[in-house]
Amino acid sequence: MSHLASLDAHVLDLAWAGVLYWLGVGFSALLLQRQHGLLTRLIFPLGALGALFMAGIGVAGLLLPASSMVLPIGLPDLPFHLRLDALSAFFMVLLGGAAFGITVYACGYFRNMAAGPLALLALWYHLFLAGMVTVLLADDAYAFMVAWEVMALSSYFLVTTDHKIPEIRRAGFLYLLIAHIGAVALLLTFGVLQGGHGDYTFNTMRLAEMTPFWSSAAFLLALFGFGAKAGLVPIHVWLPEAHPAAPSPVSALMSGVMLKTAIYGLLRVTFDLLKIQLGWWGTLALALGLVTALYGVIFAAVQSDMKRLLAWSSIENIGVIVAAFGLTLIFHTDGKGALAALTLTALLYHALNHAFFKGLLFVGTGSVLHATGERRMGRLGGLIRTMPWTAWLTLIGALAIAGLPPLNGFVSEWLLLQAFLLTPGLTQPYLNMVIPVAAATVALAAALAAYVMVKFYGVIFLGQPRDPALQHAHEASWPERLGMLWLAGACILLGLFPTLVIQWLEPVVLMLTGQRLSGISNWLLLTPVSAERASYAPLIFLAGVTAVVALTYLWVRRVYHGRVRRSEPWDCGYPEQNTRMQDSAEGFGQPIRQIFEVFMRVERETPDPFDHHPHYHGDSRDKLWLLIYQPIADLTAWLSMQAARLQHGRIQWYLIYSFVTLIFLLVLTR
Amino acid sequence: MTALAYHLQIVNLLAALLLLISFAMLSQRRVVGLVTLFAWQGAALALSTAIVAWSTGQHHLYYSAAMTLGLKVIAMPWYFYHLVKKLNVNRVVEPMINIPTTMLIGIVLVIFAFNLALPISEMSGTVTRSTLGIAMACVLLAFLMMITRTKAIPQVIGFLSMENGLFFAATSATYGMPLVVELGVALDVLVGVFVLGIFIFQIRETFDSLDLKHMEKLKEK
Repeated sequence: MSHLASLDAHVLDLAWAGVLYWLGVGFSALLLQRQHGLLTRLIFPLGALGALFMAGIGVAGLLLPASSMVLPIGLPDLPFHLRLDALSAFFMVLLGGAAFGITVYACGYFRNMAAGPLALLALWYHLFLAGMVTVLLADDAYAFMVAWEVMALSSYFLVTTDHKIPEIRRAGFLYLLIAHIGAVALLLTFGVLQGGHGDYTFNTMRLAEMTPFWSSAAFLLALFGFGAKAGLVPIHVWLPEAHPAAPSPVSALMSGVMLKTAIYGLLRVTFDLLKIQLGWWGTLALALGLVTALYGVIFAAVQSDMKRLLAWSSIENIGVIVAAFGLTLIFHTDGKGALAALTLTALLYHALNHAFFKGLLFVGTGSVLHATGERRMGRLGGLIRTMPWTAWLTLIGALAIAGLPPLNGFVSEWLLLQAFLLTPGLTQPYLNMVIPVAAATVALAAALAAYVMVKFYGVIFLGQPRDPALQHAHEASWPERLGMLWLAGACILLGLFPTLVIQWLEPVVLMLTGQRLSGISNWLLLTPVSAERASYAPLIFLAGVTAVVALTYLWVRRVYHGRVRRSEPWDCGYPEQNTRMQDSAEGFGQPIRQIFEVFMRVERETPDPFDHHPHYHGDSRDKLWLLIYQPIADLTAWLSMQAARLQHGRIQWYLIYSFVTLIFLLVLTR
Repeated sequence: MTALAYHLQIVNLLAALLLLISFAMLSQRRVVGLVTLFAWQGAALALSTAIVAWSTGQHHLYYSAAMTLGLKVIAMPWYFYHLVKKLNVNRVVEPMINIPTTMLIGIVLVIFAFNLALPISEMSGTVTRSTLGIAMACVLLAFLMMITRTKAIPQVIGFLSMENGLFFAATSATYGMPLVVELGVALDVLVGVFVLGIFIFQIRETFDSLDLKHMEKLKEK
């Protein structure tokens, strides 16, 4: 263990060196503004190596005790404090692992971009990565906020990469606005947390004695601030706009990793910085999370733009994670430590899974977008024939997010449902009555997520091409395939070896809840509570499924008739079949739209029966925009108009304004 | 209050003179007359500063006095005379508010200023503290003048006169600011006058008049 002990002292130095390395890579991209080849062949691979390094640091951080350091940078008397404990280390693994695959993918994805903009993009990209890691490492409010803003601003510039398109500029502005409203709430959170000491290090905050009132104030502010970044309803509006606007690797990073920094912050503030936790916080978070999950999945079901669909699906997953967070709080405050540990494990597991499968799906849509230049699912179809690599790898991501065993999505959702099923042990009868509804909601969201994925995958990759040009779609380049392979591999491995992952999460769970899982698991069998209650053996399951599929295949080939017949499927007597007869994206989502039309603002354009070039357009928009955001925007515009009345254009009036102000202030100071 | 030393009486006299000149400037309708009054105000200020310097032994105040004399009594009035002659704007101009009303508002401001200066002058330990009220009144009156005039040059003079009042306040409350600050302020004022002079030419070229009413057109619709 001696080599580990020596590493112990330096692991945080190494993490900081990694941040500096990323900064260096980013800025050296600026020097290579004319070297397009070097940018894609050198800068992004170097960045990817940094990500792998960070993941390694994270793994080391999970094994080692927490360490902290003070950096000599920052304002005078206000240096940056860094700390690497189990919680930061876990999120570093998440970040490094997902960012590695995505950055490898980016080496191929950006190859057609002009060198100048690409150099800038590489700078923002690496600043974004460095900012996110520093958020995880920060150990005082000052460093945290600086890193948080670096993350927000660099991602703003990444979102507005195609800034010549007005919608993208608009999406970027909305993102920036909500990011800053959230940041203000976070600033206030830290203001409350320091409890009048004037010392903004997290160490002081951990020790501060606070009344339940101020603790609740800090929690609510944090929930709002981090919720704005994570995309909790009703402050989610930026997410379906900004994620589709960004280039696909950036969407993958934002959705897979950046949203998780908000979850990290929520966990850090609630379980680490606040000394006391109250039960009703958990109920609130649970309710918000469930609403978000359901809202997100319903809107994902009616989208016809593939990236927007994935963005809504991210909202759904964040909702599930926040619901798990709420349940953890409920168990924790109710004294059910083991159950809190189980729920927290499910939460962390799901966060990790989402980083990989959502990253994979986003980069998959990036390859489709590059090959076809089309984001509307109504113009795609049948791509599994021209893009087999992308299609099969995306299939793994789609199955994982739909929660099918033996992939990773199943494990975390199963663990979460197990936790919900154990709620009858709670001491509060009121909660006991309501929580089964919550469990049902989670199950509904999971089922609808599967529905969404059937739509996503079926419309894009299966069936016949809806546009003749699609037959010339080219397959993704090798770096793109490698990146997707990494992400898909992670989805499979995380699904096959859940007990190893859970053991490896143990330090985090122990740190936050002070408990570990009660069930005894071995590498083959996952038993979160007890073997009588529930268990899951993914390898056996996989072996069973493989055996059944192989046997069926052999049976059909050898024994049944042994020949392959190719013919028009399902033509049911129709003389002609064309591609427009397939189920469209709008059509597939139509039942959901019918049921949940209350929440939506549907815009529809149907063609005239005599139209020679019939055109159909349907769009379901978020009604909350009209209900909440439009009134606020109108009010702001009205107030600005009133303020504009002050502008007379006559210098005398302006002088009178200053004069009256002067007199007023003089009277006031008198 | 017992009988003051004669030099302090002179300072008080000069302070009263400053206030009187401020009122005179409020009521003056001709630009040339205004420039002359401004020069007199500067002279009174320079003299009072010199006397304060002599009576208290604050040597840096001599430099301030000399600077005031050079800039505000000689250089700037000369520049304004030159400007008025060149632009040919020495006409009677009606202020926005008629003169008796302006005077009444001015009196109210003076009372307000004295009322305001009372607690401050009690705290201050200088021999000239009683003149602080007058200094503040000068500032407010100059501001009032800027508000009531619609032409460019009277406004610039109002601005400079306000600076005079501030300078006098600094001398009477704390024996002046540190020399570096005063030098900086003097330089600012000088540069300001030149910039404003350039603006005056520009305004005239653009609107064919020095009446600032025309600037309303610049307002954003």
